[in-house]
Amino acid sequence: MDPAAVRETLRAFIAKTLIRDAAYPLGDAEPIITAGLIDSFSLAELAVFVERQWGVDIPDPELTVERMNTLDQIVARVLAG
Amino acid sequence: MSRAGFRERVGRAAGALARLGLGRGDVIVIAQADGLEGVFAFWGALQLGAVPSMLPPLTEKLDPATYRASMDLLVRHSQAQLLLTTTDQAPELARAVSCPVHSLDVLADGPAHEGRADPGPDDVAFLQHSSGTTGLQKGVALSHRAVLNQLASYADALALEDRDVVVSWLPLYHDMGLIAGFLMPLVQGLPLVLLSPFDWVRSPGLLLRAITSHAGTLCWLPNFAYSHMARRVRERDLEGASLASVRAFVNCSEPVRAASQQAFLERFGTIGARPEQLAACYAMAENVFAVTQTPPGRPPRLHDGHVSCGVPIPGVEVKIGPGGEIQLRSDCMLSGYHRRPELDAAAFDDGWYRTGDLGFLADGELYVIGRQKDLIINGGKNLHPHDLEAVVNGVPGVHPGRAVVFGVADEAEGTELIAVVAETDAAGDEASRAIVAAVRQAFVGQVGVAASYVHLVPPGWLVKTSSGKIARDANRRKWLAERE
Repeated sequence: MDPAAVRETLRAFIAKTLIRDAAYPLGDAEPIITAGLIDSFSLAELAVFVERQWGVDIPDPELTVERMNTLDQIVARVLAG
Repeated sequence: MSRAGFRERVGRAAGALARLGLGRGDVIVIAQADGLEGVFAFWGALQLGAVPSMLPPLTEKLDPATYRASMDLLVRHSQAQLLLTTTDQAPELARAVSCPVHSLDVLADGPAHEGRADPGPDDVAFLQHSSGTTGLQKGVALSHRAVLNQLASYADALALEDRDVVVSWLPLYHDMGLIAGFLMPLVQGLPLVLLSPFDWVRSPGLLLRAITSHAGTLCWLPNFAYSHMARRVRERDLEGASLASVRAFVNCSEPVRAASQQAFLERFGTIGARPEQLAACYAMAENVFAVTQTPPGRPPRLHDGHVSCGVPIPGVEVKIGPGGEIQLRSDCMLSGYHRRPELDAAAFDDGWYRTGDLGFLADGELYVIGRQKDLIINGGKNLHPHDLEAVVNGVPGVHPGRAVVFGVADEAEGTELIAVVAETDAAGDEASRAIVAAVRQAFVGQVGVAASYVHLVPPGWLVKTSSGKIARDANRRKWLAERE
């Protein structure tokens, strides 16, 4: 997986589908959940997307606010496979 | 857990509460989301004739100071004698609220309480706080008579069977979770499978596993849950799962949408989901819970695109009042709003409870089509726009009193999303972005919900009524028109 491509694919998915604003300039270290940009339901949606897109299965217990609150964290988890 | 084991733990909880000096009529607030300690505390309080009330705990998203301040307000309004919560939250809450605070862990120690209070039928059994933001919630006071009438009538409406098994992920601080997903199975002697609401939100497939493992037959879901499950259960969670045992998935606590039910059927048809499982119910805390219920085993009935919520349960009468408002009268009505007598009179019209919902009756069945009040139901949570607008008005950069908050129906999510339109003088992208971010932060921190759309507009954009008040519906329509 190309880390830069993963990052941009996730950035676009989170902005368009989860934040519902494709033009949203999402920062790499910007808190997504604790800042109220998306709700906890979106974590489940993110897991389904990551699995379909890259075949990476993030186990349920890892879908937490502490572990998935920024693009940096999510990218790192996807790249870990 | 066996019935004997359950009684033993409840007895010990009652013993611990009695040793803390609690007794008949004392209000006990229980703030916990998952874990059985809160369940034992609730029944232990009932055993003493005390008045328990379930409230949500602090979560990682809520601002701790705001949460504690709202709990303080709630404790003072309800004149609670005790607040029970998790071990990690107890010390901070103890500093914030005016009543004693203990960790739920204290209930497990010491000898059981043997006696049992003998409350009268009109004594208050418990309070339900299930509408609005925490500190400002109305406490719905329910008598033993009302609760037992509801549980008996609802059991009839559902034609409960000995083989029934209730599976629930619903929080116990919500009326549907407390009554249908907790009290009814325990009182009617049915096995109950409880999941943590927080686990289910992140992992909706857990519900499939629980139903499969325990041959679940009854499950209550707010409408958004059908959409959430259809879209976000993982493929692997379907392996080995079966919904064939289910008699009814009861859709309740937000408007029932045919599209959400259809998406659910399409996704889970291969593992046993079928139309005759799709039941619906119209309910509210003021009637303990159910007002109407469809007969289990019948596919959804539609009228002009609206889904039937069924017929009134025994002991409940429904009529359509002035302006199309749904009104009801029953043998399980609230005793009143706890320590808010000024609200009681306004709630009734000549003995009929005014629901504020709009609907019609056809062939004796109730169809809910909208609301008189501007209430927003987001993910099964009732939110008052006025409370949310107060949150927006507190954000620096927003013209105080120049903000409007409304719900926007979202087909894919199966619920209403929250939209904010606020007037500001802020010039430039950077200043605007900072205000939008502050509004979102305030929503999640103070109310625990996400504002899906935050739209800043220049002064003068908002439509006002002739009396100078901001008209929510007119602004909602204006915003929707501009988006297209």
